[in-house]
Amino acid sequence: MIVSDERPVGKRVMLMGTCLCDAFYDEAAKATVEVLEYLGVTVEFPENQTCCGQPAFNSGDWNASRKVARHTADVFAGDLPVIVPSGSCAAMNFHGNLLQFEEAPEEKINSLARRTWEVMDFIRHGLGVKTWPGTFAEPTRIAFHRSCHSRGSNSGEAILELLGSIGNAEIVPFGQGEQCCGFGGTFSVTFPHISGRMGTLKMDHILDAKPDILTSGDMSCLMHLTGLARAQGRPVRHCHAIEILRDTLPVKS
Amino acid sequence: MPQQIDTYARNISDEKQHSVIDGSSAGTDKRYKALHHDYGDPNPLRKLAGAIKDHTLHHLDEYLEKSEKALTDRGVHVHYASTDEDARQAILSILREHGVTQLTKSKSMAAEEIHLNPFLIENGIDCLESDLGEFIIQLDGDEPSHIVKPIIHKNRRGIAETFLREGIAADYNDDPETITRRARVHLRGKYMTAEAGITGANFVCSDTGRLVLVTNEGNSRFGMAPNKLHIALVGIEKIIPKERDLSVFLNLLGRSATGQQLTVYTEFINGPKSANQADGPEHMHVVFIDNGRTDVLASNCREILRCIRCSACQNVCPVYRQASGHAYRSTYGGPIGAVLSPILFGSRFPELADLPKASSLCGACNEVCPVDIPISDLLLRLRDKAKREEIPSEGAIPMSPFATLATSPSLWRTAMTMSKAMNHLPIQVAPIKPLQDWLGQRTLPESHGGDFRKWLKERRR
Ligand code: SF4
Repeated sequence: MIVSDERPVGKRVMLMGTCLCDAFYDEAAKATVEVLEYLGVTVEFPENQTCCGQPAFNSGDWNASRKVARHTADVFAGDLPVIVPSGSCAAMNFHGNLLQFEEAPEEKINSLARRTWEVMDFIRHGLGVKTWPGTFAEPTRIAFHRSCHSRGSNSGEAILELLGSIGNAEIVPFGQGEQCCGFGGTFSVTFPHISGRMGTLKMDHILDAKPDILTSGDMSCLMHLTGLARAQGRPVRHCHAIEILRDTLPVKS
Repeated sequence: MPQQIDTYARNISDEKQHSVIDGSSAGTDKRYKALHHDYGDPNPLRKLAGAIKDHTLHHLDEYLEKSEKALTDRGVHVHYASTDEDARQAILSILREHGVTQLTKSKSMAAEEIHLNPFLIENGIDCLESDLGEFIIQLDGDEPSHIVKPIIHKNRRGIAETFLREGIAADYNDDPETITRRARVHLRGKYMTAEAGITGANFVCSDTGRLVLVTNEGNSRFGMAPNKLHIALVGIEKIIPKERDLSVFLNLLGRSATGQQLTVYTEFINGPKSANQADGPEHMHVVFIDNGRTDVLASNCREILRCIRCSACQNVCPVYRQASGHAYRSTYGGPIGAVLSPILFGSRFPELADLPKASSLCGACNEVCPVDIPISDLLLRLRDKAKREEIPSEGAIPMSPFATLATSPSLWRTAMTMSKAMNHLPIQVAPIKPLQDWLGQRTLPESHGGDFRKWLKERRR
């Protein structure tokens, strides 16, 4: 994974909301705005944004995905940090895009790559927040699914550190944490059996740890896992890690 | 339509599946403990190993020449085979020259790759596998399904039955130690009558011309000690520049493969036996095989040639665990196979182009690879290659409508808002097969299409 060492920081950023938050998980995007504003950051949201292009990229249609990537790079042009509430869309910007443009690099693509942060990584390492000033009303067991697209980046550690510092929070480990949830976007469509088995195994391990909340830095993994779990009659409370940051903040009077 | 590997996984027996999952998960755990216990952070070592291999591959012609010279100086005969057929013929003619009718073979992936055993047997040469796992595969007429543990898909009950059926054992006994003892008695007899030994090589040191072989059973040294002829079949990418580089590779190989600090036997082969040695082969031949490797070197997936065949990527791969190595329809299964097989056997690319798709791109393989191969990047490059070469792909979703939508912001926003209508539609009965399959296992969250944008607008007012 290529993550630039010189990503810009600062109190003015652009938010890349992701297609999944646009369609299903508006709460994760809202929480991102609220948490960043709580930290004194001004958040811009370019209206013309759509998707990072990952579905086409992963399925090998790089002609299609390069078009989407160029569109995204234009929408987020400039020199502000680009903040993404998803490890996998962030990795598309700073890693996948470099791969699909490796034979003919384009400056706007490189620029987007240099400026992209996964949101929890930005809070921890960009803004330097080490402990989170939030508290749960009651002791809360959190199962943190480390999404695969945060491998090789600092996001996993950032999430663990921030969540772990919340009052009344306990991060509960579970078996085979290094294993993928089995979503993989179109993979779950073309490999339905394997994808379902991987997700079921992951849920078995997670539920064994008896968490109160299942969280992750990627809603796509949670959509797949909890979609399986619900269909299997074992629903579990879940949300994006950024929602936990927001929801544990002291209520402003 | 699900892809072939998915269908294969759906149909394997529970018994086989459990053997594969248990064996590979145990491999992953042992690797983790061994590496992290001794090195804390093994990543710098993995990077170094990758860099040494990369350097070697960049100068392969040079190092190949050096190796040839060093080997020849030691009295070893060096041959080059550009195809699998060339390699088979080269080996056959060496064997014929020495009048060999019976030989033992220690485990070699290169030999698997060129289907050496059936070829030799067809040509009247009795060829016995001496690695316990490979021996059992040979008895069963099966195919190996894992690089290091060829019988990972079997359990001891099946093996005990094989031994009984083949007359290796007089009665059924599935105690692992008994199985091993019985194999040992059988194999020892064969070693003494064999006239030649065939091995692979894990490393060839180009500065000294020494061959390095690692095993856990000591079978390769048994295969060499009693007979007069040793033939090593070696992929050209097995060369390392200097013997001192072994300190990096041997430390990584044992730990990554089986969680051992070192494998039980690490053999340094100096060439044919010298005048003052009591025994050992009088003649030694090394057959360097290309078989597609220079094509891989010229491709944008050349990093895969760094591979030291440790199997860590297979063990950790969740798709491999579900599907088993046999699902990959080639000598190499799992992530290494998904990259290597379609390009190594170049003419088979269209037929094997589905292999690189059998991955959620989770990247667990990248993390464990001792030579730092960016396996998931290579899988992606091969998906791109398949698309450019217009190779049809089972069940693939066409992406150009998506690209059109994702580059038309106002269309996109409308689609998002309209997607809310899905909440009121019985999409479970929509006549779209993949969607039905997907929803057969999962429920979709409720659509909140456009809600965030609306919320943000109001907040900004
Ligand atoms: S690709 Fe890497 S992890 Fe896989 S077998 Fe080769 S060296 Fe081992």
